[in-house]
Amino acid sequence: MEILYCIVALAIILFSVLTVTSRKILRSATYLLFTLFATAIIYFMMDYEFLGAVQIAVYAGGIVVLFVFSILLTTHPGAPAEALTSRRRGWGLIAAIATAAVTGWGLCSRCAQLCQAKPEMEQVTMDKIGTHMLSTATEGYLLPFEAISVLLLACIIGAVTVARKR
Amino acid sequence: MDITLLYYLVPGLVMFCCGIYGFLTRKNMIAMLISLELMLNAVDINFTVINRYIYPNSMEGMIFTLFAIALAAAETALAIAIIINLYRVKHNVDATEANQLKG
Repeated sequence: MEILYCIVALAIILFSVLTVTSRKILRSATYLLFTLFATAIIYFMMDYEFLGAVQIAVYAGGIVVLFVFSILLTTHPGAPAEALTSRRRGWGLIAAIATAAVTGWGLCSRCAQLCQAKPEMEQVTMDKIGTHMLSTATEGYLLPFEAISVLLLACIIGAVTVARKR
Repeated sequence: MDITLLYYLVPGLVMFCCGIYGFLTRKNMIAMLISLELMLNAVDINFTVINRYIYPNSMEGMIFTLFAIALAAAETALAIAIIINLYRVKHNVDATEANQLKG
């Protein structure tokens, strides 16, 4: 478990940095794919099997394919991006490092002693997820479920209308 | 070595900061969108891990992550449609040059 954790954490950190620093945008999308896979492994380690499967199917299967298609449609494959101006890079670095410092300090000072061991949990089965998703009782999520489905429909219609050839 | 809650929050933090850096420095709109996905993903990790460690008997964090993934898919589809339409009008996807609504 520790070895698996080390590999996954290193992969997340390495591929996240590569995603935002790679000059070629198609490579950047590929590194994003690896980051998403590592995230799915974290979900499996947390015993949420359904969530890990959704992560792989929707993110790694759907969104990355959309990215690759749009990259191939809009840029010349293999062409590197323009060099960054140092002013832009400076502001980006300042913002990122400031966020990391403040949040990391907060985490280390407040949460270091929190939750030493992973507590026991009863298995979250598909049955349980489906029952909760379609119930109106407490811990039922019917209203957000319906809202998300209407939103998805609206988004698909909107996307088709926007991208349609006139 | 015991893997505590903090050990899972730190990779998420690094991922989120990479997303911030990419979003502020990239010019290509698709690259900005990729950075946005990184940030969303980092937040999803935090929801799930905190749900698992602190409230193991409820599943709000997991359900919220499911909805966030669906929202991310919808958002990406719409954003890519807009980007492709912009490319058709201006023949590039540079965020600094997309400053007029009428092409």
